[in-house]
Amino acid sequence: MSQAVDEIKIGGLGASRKRVEDNRFIRGKGNYTDDIVLPGMLHMEILRSPLAHARIKSIDASKAWDIPGVHLVLTGEMMATRNLAWMPTLSYDTQAVLATDKVRFQGQEVACVIADDPYIAKDACEAIVVDYEPLPVIVNPKQAVADGAPVIRDDKENQPDNVIYDWEVGDREGTDQAFASADVISILELHYPRSHPSPIECCGSIADFNRATSKLTVYMTTQAPHIIRAAVAMVAELPEHMIRIVSPDIGGGFGNKVPVYPGYVCSILASILLERPVKWIEDKSGNLISTGFARDVYLKGEMALRNDGKILAVRMHTDADHGAFFSDAQPSKFKIGLMHSAFSAYDVPVAHLTARGTYSNKAPGGVAYRCSFRVTEAMFFQERMVQEAANDLGMDQAKFRAINFVRDDQFPHRTPFGFLTDSGQYAKCLEVGLKAIDYDNFRHEQAEARKRGRLLGLGISTMTEPLGAGNSREYDILGIKMFDSADLKVHLTGKAILRTGAKTQGQGHETTWAQIVAHELGIPAEDVVVEEGDTDTAPFGMGTYASRSTPVAGAAVAMVSRKIRAKARKLAAHLLEVSEEDVEWELGRFYVRSAPDRGVTIQECAVAAYSNMPDGMEPGLENTAYYDPPNLTWPFAVYIVTVEVDPQTGVWDVLRMVAVDDCGVRINPMIVEGQIMGGLTEAYAMSNMQFITFDADGNCVGANYMDYLLPTAWETPGYELHSEVVTPCPHHPIGAKGIGECAAVGGPAAFVNAVMDALSGTGVRNIDMPLLPDRVWEAMTYRRDVSGAPPVRSDD
Amino acid sequence: MYPSRFRYEAPHSLDEAIGLLRDGGDYAKVLAGGQSLVPLMKLRFASPELVVDINNVPGLTYHRADPDGTLRIGALTRHADLERSELLRGTQPTMAAAAPLIADPIVRNRGTLVGSLCHADPQGDWASVVLSLDGSVIAQSPRGRRSIPISGFVTGPFENVLEPDEIAVEAVIPPARGERAGGYLKLERRVGDFATVGVAVAIEISGGSVTRAGIGLTGVGGSTIAATEAAAALTGRPLTPESIGQAAELAAAAARPRTDHRGSAEYKRHMVKTFVERILTGSSRRHGDEAERAA
Amino acid sequence: MTMVYDDVGDEATGDVPVQRIRFTINGEKKVAEVEPRLLLAHLIRHGLRLTGTHTGCDTTNCGACTVLVDGTAVKSCTMLAVQADGHDIQTVEGLATASELHPLQEGFREEHGLQCGFCTPGMMMAAKALLDANPDPTEEEVRWALSGNLCRCTGYQNIVKSVLWAAQKLRAQAGA
Repeated sequence: MSQAVDEIKIGGLGASRKRVEDNRFIRGKGNYTDDIVLPGMLHMEILRSPLAHARIKSIDASKAWDIPGVHLVLTGEMMATRNLAWMPTLSYDTQAVLATDKVRFQGQEVACVIADDPYIAKDACEAIVVDYEPLPVIVNPKQAVADGAPVIRDDKENQPDNVIYDWEVGDREGTDQAFASADVISILELHYPRSHPSPIECCGSIADFNRATSKLTVYMTTQAPHIIRAAVAMVAELPEHMIRIVSPDIGGGFGNKVPVYPGYVCSILASILLERPVKWIEDKSGNLISTGFARDVYLKGEMALRNDGKILAVRMHTDADHGAFFSDAQPSKFKIGLMHSAFSAYDVPVAHLTARGTYSNKAPGGVAYRCSFRVTEAMFFQERMVQEAANDLGMDQAKFRAINFVRDDQFPHRTPFGFLTDSGQYAKCLEVGLKAIDYDNFRHEQAEARKRGRLLGLGISTMTEPLGAGNSREYDILGIKMFDSADLKVHLTGKAILRTGAKTQGQGHETTWAQIVAHELGIPAEDVVVEEGDTDTAPFGMGTYASRSTPVAGAAVAMVSRKIRAKARKLAAHLLEVSEEDVEWELGRFYVRSAPDRGVTIQECAVAAYSNMPDGMEPGLENTAYYDPPNLTWPFAVYIVTVEVDPQTGVWDVLRMVAVDDCGVRINPMIVEGQIMGGLTEAYAMSNMQFITFDADGNCVGANYMDYLLPTAWETPGYELHSEVVTPCPHHPIGAKGIGECAAVGGPAAFVNAVMDALSGTGVRNIDMPLLPDRVWEAMTYRRDVSGAPPVRSDD
Repeated sequence: MYPSRFRYEAPHSLDEAIGLLRDGGDYAKVLAGGQSLVPLMKLRFASPELVVDINNVPGLTYHRADPDGTLRIGALTRHADLERSELLRGTQPTMAAAAPLIADPIVRNRGTLVGSLCHADPQGDWASVVLSLDGSVIAQSPRGRRSIPISGFVTGPFENVLEPDEIAVEAVIPPARGERAGGYLKLERRVGDFATVGVAVAIEISGGSVTRAGIGLTGVGGSTIAATEAAAALTGRPLTPESIGQAAELAAAAARPRTDHRGSAEYKRHMVKTFVERILTGSSRRHGDEAERAA
Repeated sequence: MTMVYDDVGDEATGDVPVQRIRFTINGEKKVAEVEPRLLLAHLIRHGLRLTGTHTGCDTTNCGACTVLVDGTAVKSCTMLAVQADGHDIQTVEGLATASELHPLQEGFREEHGLQCGFCTPGMMMAAKALLDANPDPTEEEVRWALSGNLCRCTGYQNIVKSVLWAAQKLRAQAGA
């Protein structure tokens, strides 16, 4: 009779274990960066440029220095004498730390003040006088490449214009041929607008340089502490072993807390100069106007179609507006991230993508906000193109997708852009979704409602996405390969501490990683404490973003647990006085195959590792694993939304929202559902109200929470989540695929497609997000597409 | 996030408060709810030298109807008090419709109606409501009390006619002679948003006819707009689809919206028209029901 | 700013006027000397070192700073510390007793009502104000009452469940 421990009881895989991190958060005892106080700490505030593009004629900080309580005023000039006015970005460009020659976007950092408290620092910032000479402004890619456009990056050699890169992938010739033979060509142009991840907690750092020990410690909001350590070593020219980055509790990341921001660098230099801890916590306006935004890509998409509905080829051209510096954190080989993951779930024989990136007078960024490296753009473009293609063919939306899906028996499948997808049950997921939304009945209802003047709509979005970047052959950031790591130490009494190279910002790693250990070793999850974020103790990893943690760090946790188990097996054999071949494992226990009642628990093996080792065995039960994922994982999702549009006002409401997510094995179903709902809410926000834009002078509209709208509990719809379809990942040690960003990737198109469906018959092909009431109204009333691209329209 | 320095006083009587304002210097501000003033100070769009906090002045947290029906609202009456008010629900449909739409529920716990009127934000909701009801503001100074009709109270964005040593102590809504009807509709993209368009309609019905009408428009001009022609088109006749349609058109014409990121001027005018229609159609329907019941 | 900074300054922070205020926080009586411009949120976080109350924006929208003042939910970033004189403040740290969590805290853990935890204290204080006034709210009433608090992680559905869980437990406790 099995004496294995009950996996769910000990909090193993599939247990909806209550979260460990909650214990401190619900008590208000979290340890976020702004909660940390160090003796002698000073405070830093940043002075930002009010203009989008201007030459700096002079900076007079004399009055700032005079204010009692001010310790230091830093300007670009001072940074330049230390070679710190510019720093390298994660995309092999350079970025200004503090402006020297000119400012290149509204909100750019111009100076900073370090004072006794932030109130005084702010007073001093106000006293700094900067003389600007305005220059012409560029707010979109068209302007960037127009004749006579000012060169924004005149600081760079060999940069004669505003083009950053031209990139392409796929088969141009084959695609052209397929288009030549098409029955129908469907074309769609749209803009995926700039958005901002905007976690509630802003960015910040406390830099603490200790002259006595020559060690620099930086507490900071970062999703990737080891990358930051390497970057700081480069930029500040300090030795890497004397730099400690500590990422404490983070109040939301969503990609906003990956880049290296000027504020961090300034706080570090200030601490070195003043030999005191310097805290910089930005305010929301600074966060929205200057930190890593997301998206801002224009698409021209074309699909070559056969009359029976088969997609023959896909052609895409994207223009990405990167802002003033190319600073994305993304795999270095792919200039436009994983945009070419589009159409991976469809059996498309051939495709071609060309991509251009340009500079503009806006904050730098593009890759962020639950995007999986531009997969949000890829899947949004894809599902909008698919919707219009189905309409152009006069075919039902669900049917068109179903006949083009990659079939279950076609795996492994080479996508038209060269990815290898390995698993999925796309048709089944769609079936589940259509049944849940009562598809046929809805279409009937929709038709009846239309007769009475009510506009109902249904939108489908399906996608598979490449998660878990990624294998060392293809993926690196700044040359560093994108593996991840786990370090597990099992103590004498069978309790353990686990550290990984990931960094949770709400995903619940302290809870879920312990569940993997419980699954592999039978040690109760509550006996495993999980730590992340301190580069002095955590094994080297590439951090948490792009939904890579479960696929890569989670895999490392499984692998290190297996290493521990392998050693424990030897100890068990020793304790049971049999040879290793005679030992079997069940959860939590080794036993003698021929005499199952004779066994030892994993805890007994732990004791033995320190007190009763076989001859020649190293003591201890601790190990580290580095995991280089063999491939990406490919979760799949179907999102279906129904809406009603008010024909008089353009206001639309969500009736129902169904999500079918196949993310393979779910470590903690409760946490997975939380991730999905969070992502769907961001999808809803992007489609409905979230909006950053610019006027012709480069003034940012959407640089505070009055203008940049996040939905509240009142507007946010309810969600119906389905988890029936589970296709384990064939190469992941526990079959998991990752889920963090799926809903943000696939969700927006479902909402937009639903509203467009409600408007069918008007001939409108596209309304750019967010689908604000005035845009929907304009589309309905004038039967025309509505663009949201900057500059924002005005009376002038 | 960090206001500049200022002096702070928290008087315990109106006279004390007025005295402080009188002696206070060039730039003093009254602090009541603080939900408009403090945010401005945090962004340093307002940097008063003296802040006179009137939250400790007794006797200002009332709202009541006089025997003749005049509604009086004290300076420290919070939006939340009005949102919960049975009195408003029963007798002031326009006000009752607006109260829940001010800012968000937590801001409503502190912010005040009188403070909102004084703040004179062109996108403030209460101004349209009070305008539609022909309300006024009672101000007190060393020279005594005076009543200022709301239509003459605001002189520009964030500017009112109060003298430096004057405090607004009460908002007054004159009594109705007929049966009140109306409402407030606000196009906001989410709770807490400023109005893209807000419309306040307040009418009185007597003997089957509209005897009084007022329409106030939020967010469609440099300041709150009184759509007087539209209101006149309703008065002196029964409420019918024709009169409603006319009023709606005239209200839209009175609007002076700008095209901006919230929408085109045309859309905003269209929404003014739509909201006027929806409010009055709702009113019309309710009154039709009551008339049937009474018959 | 306030007396809590060790200002070993030279000549002076000059005559920075400070005012003495008296208030109760989580049942404890306190005296503080504060500059008028100090925000209540900063008095709580830096003066009193109660860092459970968070600041997330600068336009009074996010609600992460929500506390109870005399039992009423207030955004502490939009109230001056001096205005707390004579009043009673409750923060998240005052929810639990020495031995027990408040049902709201339990509810948030039971129903996975938090992920990064940053909005959670403010959300719970706003929810407490709701439940104090309305012990049996509908889902709609919960969403309405929390519409001044922003969350970026959860999508609110589990937050609503957490509050309803707590409401049920509180009613059961009251009934017993």
